[in-house]
Amino acid sequence: MSDLRYSKDHEYVALDGDVATLGISDYAQSQLGDIVFIDLPEVGKKVVKGKEIAVIESVKAASEVYSPVSGEIVEVNPELGETPALVNDDPLGRGWLVKLRLGDPGECASLMDDAAYSSFLKTL
Amino acid sequence: MVTELDVATLAPPALAKLPLDALHRRLGARMAPFAGYDMPLQYEQGIVAETVHTRRAASLFDVSHMGQAILAGAGVARALENMTPADLISLAPERTRYTQLLNENGGILDDLLITRLPGVEERMLLVVNASRKREDFALIGAALPRFDFNPLDRALLALQGPRAAAVLGALLPGAEDLAFMGWRAFDFGGAPLFVSRSGYTGEDGFELSVRAEHSEDLAHLLLAHEDVVPAGLGARDALRLEAGLPLYGHDLDDTTDPVEAGLGWSIGRRRRVEGGFPGFERIRQAFERGPVRKRVGLLPQTKAPLREGAILCAPDGETVGHVTSGGFSPTLQRPIAMGYVLSECANDGSTLSATLRDKRIGVDLAALPFVPHRYFKTPIGKDAR
Repeated sequence: MSDLRYSKDHEYVALDGDVATLGISDYAQSQLGDIVFIDLPEVGKKVVKGKEIAVIESVKAASEVYSPVSGEIVEVNPELGETPALVNDDPLGRGWLVKLRLGDPGECASLMDDAAYSSFLKTL
Repeated sequence: MVTELDVATLAPPALAKLPLDALHRRLGARMAPFAGYDMPLQYEQGIVAETVHTRRAASLFDVSHMGQAILAGAGVARALENMTPADLISLAPERTRYTQLLNENGGILDDLLITRLPGVEERMLLVVNASRKREDFALIGAALPRFDFNPLDRALLALQGPRAAAVLGALLPGAEDLAFMGWRAFDFGGAPLFVSRSGYTGEDGFELSVRAEHSEDLAHLLLAHEDVVPAGLGARDALRLEAGLPLYGHDLDDTTDPVEAGLGWSIGRRRRVEGGFPGFERIRQAFERGPVRKRVGLLPQTKAPLREGAILCAPDGETVGHVTSGGFSPTLQRPIAMGYVLSECANDGSTLSATLRDKRIGVDLAALPFVPHRYFKTPIGKDAR
């Protein structure tokens, strides 16, 4: 998982060819607190960069997840229906949200790498 | 050019700090603004763990943002009856009663606790919501000018949970024998510590009003006990929702009356007949004919929480109510909510619907509380005081 790219909204994508695994960062999950439900999109749905892709419900509030890239959903994490807290416990691993086939792999270039995201977090 | 005065005007209003602010930060609290105060939302364990711990052992909450005041003078109980529907004349010294400040239409301006203090002078201790204290105190000051009105600059801590009595009794012998809604002043560091057996979680517990400069000592002593963890506003909100207790500004406001809010039990029998409080006519009619709408418990038939503002519809599609509080119950591990529904549709076990992110979901009506209350019951043969 060394090739993670982060958005300023605290989503990450992990690239594998033209398929990106998308989730939220460890910082994001810690800010949300206990996650109790995740509303995921359906496979086949087209997503547009910057638009809502999922809703994460914590005990306190509902938070939208925005897709940092455009593409088509090819898989959603089947474990999150029963165990949404996986996103708290392992956001970069078993707590991934969706996989999507990228429409424009060039979009990833504008995202931050680990070092840039770490520096960005320090500015918050 | 921006002058200093402009900057002061433009800056967002500064959040007030709690007396225990430094302690919260040392304990790893995540702070959030609430009612003008920088408040601990949760500590490191998180809302779910803090809620579950409160029901299993005991938790310490800082509720110093709430308004505390003493109103004193001969006839003050009778005078307060002009503003609230509680029977305050019959309230015994060292007993606390829950009531509401009402407007002319019977709408709730705030809900509050009133305790009659012991002593020769007639004195009533009021505890009001943080979000309403400025308005409440102005209203009371203006309506009852011939009484001494003294807002108190004290910290308020809540120790809540089934272990609370054992923990507090070890520190303040006798506190564990207080009756539910009983009150007593103890000595702490040479100053009075007000202990009230009450709370906002549905569990046994105490609210402790302490001089601000002694509050950190008291918090340390309580947190030193292995059964006690700090808990934040997030857990407090989850606990009160599980206990079916309304929150002002959400489940209660100046358009809701106490009867439809399910608070008719707090209106004394004599007051229901005699009236003499604002909005008596509406409240008398609500008692006589039944309220037009009712506060109800709601169980969404989904794993997604149903939040405040969601519209509730009958099977025929008619709008019959709305959600006023909703979230996830850590104790029941499912979403729960409360709201107002037209009385003819408000039968336990019937099903309404709501729309959540373009999906229609079933919402079952349920009896409140969701989690049974476990308030302290004085053993038979012992004096309730």
